Amino acid sequence: MQRHPRVWMGILLWLMAGAVHADWTVNMTPGVTEVSRTVFDLHMTIFWICVVIGVLVFGVMFWSMLMHRRSTGQKPAHFHENTRVEILWTVIPLLILIGMAVPATRTLIHIYDTSEPELDIQVTGYQWKWHYKYLGQDVEFFSNLATPRAQIDNRAPKGEHYLLEVDEPLVIPVGTKVRFLITAADVIHSWAVPALAVKKDAIPGFVNESWTRIDEPGIYRGQCTELCGKDHGFMPVVVEVKSKEDFAVWLAERKEQALALKELTSKDWTMEELMARGEKAYQTACAACHMAGGEGLPPMFPALKGSPIAVGPVAEHIGIVVNGKPGTAMAAFGKQLSEVDIAAIITYERNAWGNNVGDMVTPKDVLTFKQAQE
Amino acid sequence: MSTNIVQVRRMAESISTARLVRYLLLLVVLMFGFGFALVPLYEVMCQAFGINGKTAGAYGGAQVVDEARSVRVQFLSTNAAGMVWRFEPMSDEMEVHPGASMEMLFIAHNPTDQPMSAQAVPSVAPARAAAYFHKTECFCFTQQVLQPGETIEMPVRFIVDRDLPKDVHHLTLAYTLFDITARTPPAELAGR
Amino acid sequence: MSAVIDSHAATGHDHHHGPAKGLSRWLLTTNHKDIGSMYLWFSFAMFLLGGSMAMVIRAELFQPGLQIVQPEFFNQMTTMHGLIMVFGAVMPAFVGLANWMIPLMIGAPDMALPRMNNFSFWLLPAAFGLLVSTLFMEGGGPNFGWTFYAPLSTTYAPESVTFFILAVHLMGISSIMGAINVVATILNLRAPGMTLMKMPLFVWTWLITGFLLIAVMPVLAGVVTMMLMDIHFGTSFFSAAGGGDPVLFQHVFWFFGHPEVYIMILPAFGAVSAIIPAFSRKPLFGYTSMVYATAAIAFLSFIVWAHHMFTVGIPLTGELFFMYATMLIAVPTGVKVFNWVSTMWQGSMTFEAPMLFSVAFVILFTIGGFSGLMLAIAPADFQYHDTYFVVAHFHYVLVPGAIFGIFASAYYWLPKWTGHMYDETLAKLHFWMSFVGMNLAFFPMHFVGLAGMPRRIPDYNMMFANFNMVSSIGAFMFGVTQLLFLFIVIKCILGGRPASAKPWDGAEGLEWSVPSPAPYHTFSTPPDMTDEHEHRAGPSHG
Repeated sequence: MQRHPRVWMGILLWLMAGAVHADWTVNMTPGVTEVSRTVFDLHMTIFWICVVIGVLVFGVMFWSMLMHRRSTGQKPAHFHENTRVEILWTVIPLLILIGMAVPATRTLIHIYDTSEPELDIQVTGYQWKWHYKYLGQDVEFFSNLATPRAQIDNRAPKGEHYLLEVDEPLVIPVGTKVRFLITAADVIHSWAVPALAVKKDAIPGFVNESWTRIDEPGIYRGQCTELCGKDHGFMPVVVEVKSKEDFAVWLAERKEQALALKELTSKDWTMEELMARGEKAYQTACAACHMAGGEGLPPMFPALKGSPIAVGPVAEHIGIVVNGKPGTAMAAFGKQLSEVDIAAIITYERNAWGNNVGDMVTPKDVLTFKQAQE
Repeated sequence: MSTNIVQVRRMAESISTARLVRYLLLLVVLMFGFGFALVPLYEVMCQAFGINGKTAGAYGGAQVVDEARSVRVQFLSTNAAGMVWRFEPMSDEMEVHPGASMEMLFIAHNPTDQPMSAQAVPSVAPARAAAYFHKTECFCFTQQVLQPGETIEMPVRFIVDRDLPKDVHHLTLAYTLFDITARTPPAELAGR
Repeated sequence: MSAVIDSHAATGHDHHHGPAKGLSRWLLTTNHKDIGSMYLWFSFAMFLLGGSMAMVIRAELFQPGLQIVQPEFFNQMTTMHGLIMVFGAVMPAFVGLANWMIPLMIGAPDMALPRMNNFSFWLLPAAFGLLVSTLFMEGGGPNFGWTFYAPLSTTYAPESVTFFILAVHLMGISSIMGAINVVATILNLRAPGMTLMKMPLFVWTWLITGFLLIAVMPVLAGVVTMMLMDIHFGTSFFSAAGGGDPVLFQHVFWFFGHPEVYIMILPAFGAVSAIIPAFSRKPLFGYTSMVYATAAIAFLSFIVWAHHMFTVGIPLTGELFFMYATMLIAVPTGVKVFNWVSTMWQGSMTFEAPMLFSVAFVILFTIGGFSGLMLAIAPADFQYHDTYFVVAHFHYVLVPGAIFGIFASAYYWLPKWTGHMYDETLAKLHFWMSFVGMNLAFFPMHFVGLAGMPRRIPDYNMMFANFNMVSSIGAFMFGVTQLLFLFIVIKCILGGRPASAKPWDGAEGLEWSVPSPAPYHTFSTPPDMTDEHEHRAGPSHG
């Protein structure tokens, strides 16, 4: 039990540090959309109605508890019903409720109006990441948690946006009605961003709708809010709102990237083209270990010239380049190189230095292989 | 009070208790059945109100095309987790006149070296429009079996109801493709 | 039922025999007081077990980062905490109170179905033994939350889900049998002249709770049966791939789940409606409207279930219907609160432990009611849903609601059960520690919830850190305090100032007409209530 004083010191220091941070947020964010502000106002209205009723009821109660005690010599009264009072306190709450229901209904109807969107985005929940697809734009990507494992395991200090940061945020333009079509690929998730007052369940097999129109550029953060398994707490939502011009630039860039890659992937490659590209890519990515002539540096780095992998079944060859070989220096290139480069390198390796297998691996084959193992 | 009177009273009670317990047990059985009855009941509610984007059945209206009105129909495809097929619509969206019979093709490709079977599950948004979306022919009505490397075009034919609420200007038809190979009999996978 | 006759035929004409000796007394007993005690002890054991799981949760959430448990185990803890507290602690505690008190309150010699009573109790240890054993199975125990939404609880569940389903079936059967027993007892075994409108409110609320249980526990059994079929027999009730619907699960579950919430609170309403008049020394205000309000709440509980599902995407009309129906519940609930306050008004109050817990019940349950009203507002619920605001809400309803109601009842009737007065000083300490700990634990959850912290996460951003630490400290305090309750109860059983037949001078009811401790057999000769006035008839209860 030696650790106790240290633990308590730690807690004390931590509390002080907390006080410095002074992050004692007690209320909902008013958010950055018309809807979120309406919801906020509704929330505050109902909160204050509850406070007033609470003060009245508890006031009477505490007054009674102070004044009507036996120790004050109070003799108990005997009344035990009063029809008029009982009717009153049934009717008055009913009227208050109707008063609450009116603005609530109005807001709800507004929220449900998903018509006339200017941009449609499909949001798909996966265990445990989000996928965004800009409909009709050929732009889509996964959005993964970007917080390093070391921070979660307390081996590194936690950043400001701990657990609320992703590798690729959802980017949308300011002042634009964006409609989200929300679904899931495995279990139920829920896509939620408090600043937008959007929260909608992502249900496998079904598509849900929601929308937003954000007034100011900025970065808004949320999280998955439906228990979806082990890493439910580790799949944040980050929305980056750009000006319309910046968004157009961003979208054009993403489209160009996607298009360029798609073109290369879907293009009908000839053996010569693949060999030429493959030789170049091989020299930058592979030659450091396997050497320019494919002879390698055994035993650490095996030769590719005449190797059973380079002249064996194609699938195994693709597999080792994409996934690497655990326990050795062979890295997984699946995420590091494009499908085009991987295909070119493999084709080159199978047909250079006397490895005359004669077959050709196209970018499509690599893509198919990758998709098959997802 | 003598013991006898107490016992007589108890017997009288126990008779009515037996009957009461029978009624209560009947209620238990009924409520257990009601739990299961919720399943078809829910189906009916979904069909009637388009809950969860369940689409309506056959089109009962006249085949008169409302040329004056045009609705944008979007097509979405999602692969359920673990589904490796390529699956996408030929086009992302189309303009549709209510009452007109339309067709869209979806492409499916099995890239693996195994025969596989899949089930597509449709969903329509906005949900309140789902009841006005009639599919007359759909690949989602049956299971799809694809042999290794096979690619097919799968049609969906549909009619948007002329009674579609006036303020609905767009519809989204989303399909999620599930891998059901594991629960498909081997014979069905092989013979096609 | 022949069981009733048999048990008495076997013991002949001796109505003053005591309990059997040794273990078989407890294994084979059909005595409502023995069974009531066993229910109460079992429920307290489960309360400590579920509570220690809450301690694990709060320890992990003490600071950001993963320190104590991994997310897999964290999810098992939240799931088991919920299941054990709902089905193992709160519900059996009320069944225990019903067993002990309902025959005494209505002048019956025992429950209507004593053997079934024994069986329904002994199912519980089996059910929870099975449930807890899943934690030690490969792949771990249930990790999908106490609401076990499909497909996380079907296609994606750990292997142990089958045992979970079996355990839920056993608890369901136990609850249904318990409820049938209570309803049969209340309807058939009342003393001559004890009309329905003369029954104490605890009996009334339990009668209504009994019907709720009989109506919804079979639906729970149905939903887990459908899960079982989906998992093992290839059906697709909840699997979209086979034409089923995961949202259907939620509809069926919450059709059970919302009345279940009232099952956990109505008996507490009844107990508090006995305790507040006793310590105000004044009759309960608005007995009749209390009965009607309870019935209204029970009825409304069947048509509000989808307010748990505002974000799943139900159509606008559905959303509006469930919002309005839910808001309506505030009316009968308000009536109850106003009645309690009016009962206190111009009374002659003293604040012994039962009264302290009851007063805290009224105040804190009302706060839980306010947050419930806020949650009912569908557009605002899009912000609250599945955040800690919801966690704060239902803990305010269940801890100072159900649990404080149970503590109040326990202190109120302990003298009757044991024949001794409990230690009032320690009991007050128990109250104040519980009160402070509970508020410290659950009030800050409103704040982190409004700031956007989702439920059921093992780790969180620094902006939630301060209030989470406060919550954890409060939870540890509340948790440790319950060991004091155990001590107080044991002390009270072992000795203490002898209690008179009616230790509370303002208390009303038949249970106080028998000696303390209550003899093993009571009301072998039913009391005659014919001359007693009905509650609505006039001021005979002063």
